[in-house]
Amino acid sequence: MKVHTYERAFLWLGAIVLVACLVALLYGSLGLDIHLPSRAGAIDPQQVASTPPFDQPGVRQIGPNQYEAVMIGRIWSFTPAVIEVPAGAEVTFTLTTPDVIHGFHVEGTRVNMMLIPGQITRNRYRFERPGEYTIICHEYCGVGHHTMYGKVIVK
Amino acid sequence: MRATPTVLDPAGFDLPESQRRWLRWTIYIGYVALTAGIFHGLAQALSYANIDILRFFPGLRGYYQGLTAHGVANAIVFTFAFSNGFLPLMTARALGRPLVGGLVQATCVVLLAGNLLVIYAVVTNQASVLYTSYAPLQAHWTYYLGLVLIVVSTWLALVNMLVVYRRWRRDHPAARIPLLGHIAVVSYVMWFLASLPIAVSFLGFLLPWSLGLMEKVDPLLTRTLFWFTGHAIVYAWLLPAYVSWYALVPRQAGGKLISDSYTRIVFILFLLLSIPTGFHHQYTDPGVPEAIKAVHAVLTFGVFFPSLATAFSVVAALEIGGRARGGRGLLGWVTKLPWGDPSLAAQMLAMLTFVFGGISGLINASFTMNQVIHNTTWVPGHFHLTVGSAVTLTHMGVAFWLIPYLTGRGLWSRGQALTSAWVYTVGVLIFARGMISAGLAGMPRRTFRVAAAYSNPDWDWGGMLTGIGGTLMFFGIAQFFIVIAMTALAGARGAHPKDVPVSETLTAPASTGWERHLDRLGVWVAVTIALCVIAYGPFLAMYLPARLVSPGFRLF
Repeated sequence: MKVHTYERAFLWLGAIVLVACLVALLYGSLGLDIHLPSRAGAIDPQQVASTPPFDQPGVRQIGPNQYEAVMIGRIWSFTPAVIEVPAGAEVTFTLTTPDVIHGFHVEGTRVNMMLIPGQITRNRYRFERPGEYTIICHEYCGVGHHTMYGKVIVK
Repeated sequence: MRATPTVLDPAGFDLPESQRRWLRWTIYIGYVALTAGIFHGLAQALSYANIDILRFFPGLRGYYQGLTAHGVANAIVFTFAFSNGFLPLMTARALGRPLVGGLVQATCVVLLAGNLLVIYAVVTNQASVLYTSYAPLQAHWTYYLGLVLIVVSTWLALVNMLVVYRRWRRDHPAARIPLLGHIAVVSYVMWFLASLPIAVSFLGFLLPWSLGLMEKVDPLLTRTLFWFTGHAIVYAWLLPAYVSWYALVPRQAGGKLISDSYTRIVFILFLLLSIPTGFHHQYTDPGVPEAIKAVHAVLTFGVFFPSLATAFSVVAALEIGGRARGGRGLLGWVTKLPWGDPSLAAQMLAMLTFVFGGISGLINASFTMNQVIHNTTWVPGHFHLTVGSAVTLTHMGVAFWLIPYLTGRGLWSRGQALTSAWVYTVGVLIFARGMISAGLAGMPRRTFRVAAAYSNPDWDWGGMLTGIGGTLMFFGIAQFFIVIAMTALAGARGAHPKDVPVSETLTAPASTGWERHLDRLGVWVAVTIALCVIAYGPFLAMYLPARLVSPGFRLF
């Protein structure tokens, strides 16, 4: 099969751009330590209120300048609705839902996760700038979906 | 371009009127759905501009009921109704044989029955679960059964194509499959394989669960099965448009397709790579190992490659046409193309908008970067540049010759047809610009912004553009519907195209050598299945059996 010279050049250029993008993503993930949520354990959605750590939602310190925020997303609010962490702290979000699928996006950050019944969602993020960040449920979860939000206060 | 012998397509062929009638009614189902769907599209776009017009919609009980209707009508019914009519016709034309009449009728009837069930469930507000049908939100069983029937109608269309192909093969045991037939069949074979996971999800879990035969379902598993099908479904919408771009558009532009083998390779690559990429829709999901998400990221970048190849081929074919019409210089051929032909103009506009759709899609696929835009309005901004423009505008462009061809009536108004495509194009570009920029500022998708408990001034500019663009899109499609309805009812009899505009290719299909293997569909299907096992096997092996933990919720 004959391939035209321009065509060959175009395809090579395209392939090189794609590979370069993949290398950049690899660096972003491994080099800069930016990760996606992975497997963090299963849970019975009908027993969330009595299963640790979700029996005591809230923020707790787990190390020097490290905090864990345990939160529950349910129709149509987050528990706790507002959390407070110090600026510069690394926060591990540990989340789940007792009812339907919800979203969890801390606006202005890359904290962006899904809450799926039966699964525990976990990811880490360091809040450098003080301020108030809105948490938005960005997955449709019924008629009250657009009233479901929370807040992270970084002091 | 070098001078090589051209290959003429097999002689023209006339589809019996009885089959034309059923094919056009199949496609009309899609146009009715599209036109119903755009009303709520307008309401959504205006909601993002902080304008509420929902109270003017009699009978509508909420934003998310309308959003469900919009997604199902426009993304599923409109697209598959078109493919169910278009791809069998392309197969018949390429192989010079009529279709199986009974199957043409069955395709149309099953599609209609599926639609009536879905309409019942959605209109009575028993299925406001959105197009993605994420459990444990639970719809009425008629909704799931209706969607299953719509998928079954696509299977019937494929069976029709395969029967025609078998009969042709019996008479031509050693011939290459004509190119148009090859790419039409490969498109729907890919979709058939891709549709199997969602069939498992609906028939194995959601339908029995909604009927009360099963108490609980597994939300992560059904969601994963949805996206196992759900990324390939976008290629099932796109490939029929590519069939037109490769095999028909060159002729409409006075050009020629540059390579037979190359086109077949592109479609085989789509067959192989469209399906094993679904986890890139679940980057932010719990319960799926990051490494599996990484594998799907690489495969998704892989499926971008045949689209790159398409960009070259299709534009080269247009350039041949433009130069044949006297175009000179680097870009002089562009203005010489027949922009006054609404069918061609709409499809060239489709290609133009798809450049942005492709780039924004690659960003979505970019692994950790997806966390910036996941479930923001960036995502609908992106897919209105793919299914909402590349596919929609191509379907509009094809309709401008196809509906005259099927009805035996001339296009009602060339000027109005042309205007509808341009208005829609300008609209979708403004709309997507708004959605994308507001999405980067965090505006959530699938959200009734007018009534939201939170807001952000950074969304105002993008939201306003969304409203303006969405309004133009609405008028573009409304005008398209008028053009089609008037063509069918009042177009000049006999002023229709007498044949499908099939292109010639610059290089003939090879009669010897490795290229012959491109026609061995069974082998390529086996390789596709192997790739799907590699992409999904490790997750399923680790995850199964299903964790049936969630009862149904009806929160609408």
